[in-house]
Amino acid sequence: MVPLSWYVVLSSSLFLIGLIGVLIRRNIVIVLLCVEIMLNAVNINFVAFSKYQHVIDAQIFVFFVITVAAAEVAVGLGIIIALFRLRETINIDEFNILKL
Amino acid sequence: MTMQMAMFGYFGAAIVISALFVVYFRNPIYSAMSLLTMFMHIAGLYVLLEAEFLAGVQLLVYAGAILVLYLFVVMLLNVQGRGRFLQKQTPAVFALGILAAIEVAALIFHTRFYPELPAIPHPGVPNLGNTETIGMVLYTQYLFPFEIASLVLLIALVGAIVLAKGKLKFR
Repeated sequence: MVPLSWYVVLSSSLFLIGLIGVLIRRNIVIVLLCVEIMLNAVNINFVAFSKYQHVIDAQIFVFFVITVAAAEVAVGLGIIIALFRLRETINIDEFNILKL
Repeated sequence: MTMQMAMFGYFGAAIVISALFVVYFRNPIYSAMSLLTMFMHIAGLYVLLEAEFLAGVQLLVYAGAILVLYLFVVMLLNVQGRGRFLQKQTPAVFALGILAAIEVAALIFHTRFYPELPAIPHPGVPNLGNTETIGMVLYTQYLFPFEIASLVLLIALVGAIVLAKGKLKFR
């Protein structure tokens, strides 16, 4: 049987990759993709703990995380399209129109 | 080295490498394709963890719906990977990333994971399949959050249409 700590190490390294991607990339589409990586890292943790603790509730939580991820993608891509119409770019550094 | 460990090694290595490629590739389409590889291997990991229903949902929703949405938007915007890979980031960003890595590593090294696994609760209960159990719990204990989730999806649907439609004309 695979030890639980392996899953935790895998999911935390995946979360770190996503976090660093969000921090260093300036392409807004790739930043959203990295948010998906982080959500998936959390899901792996949930499912691993669900198996090792014998509780099914964690898998229900994963279900809700996937729902929220779908909603986030729909709204986020809508915002990206609106911003692209306004500025003709997808570089995050150019989006400073909320600044006074 | 059991079979499960070998499978975990394969899936874990594929997941980490494809996640690194998502961050690395300059063209968003390559990134999205690499994310597709990651989603598929995560579904494999779910099968390894005896969560077959979630593996199916992962493939259908993430790989089937969310990723196609991303690809549509990337093709709609038609922005090739121009510009440099790292553009004017402050060094604080890298310091923050390294700090996060150190913190996570310290947490993992100082945590004692179960030396022996907890016993299976309720040994007398008949063992249902994964999908049946999720259905039972989702539609009884978590019925209200389930309805809220449908409301979240509805609001996201309306919001996405309003945002992407462009100029709003309020009359």
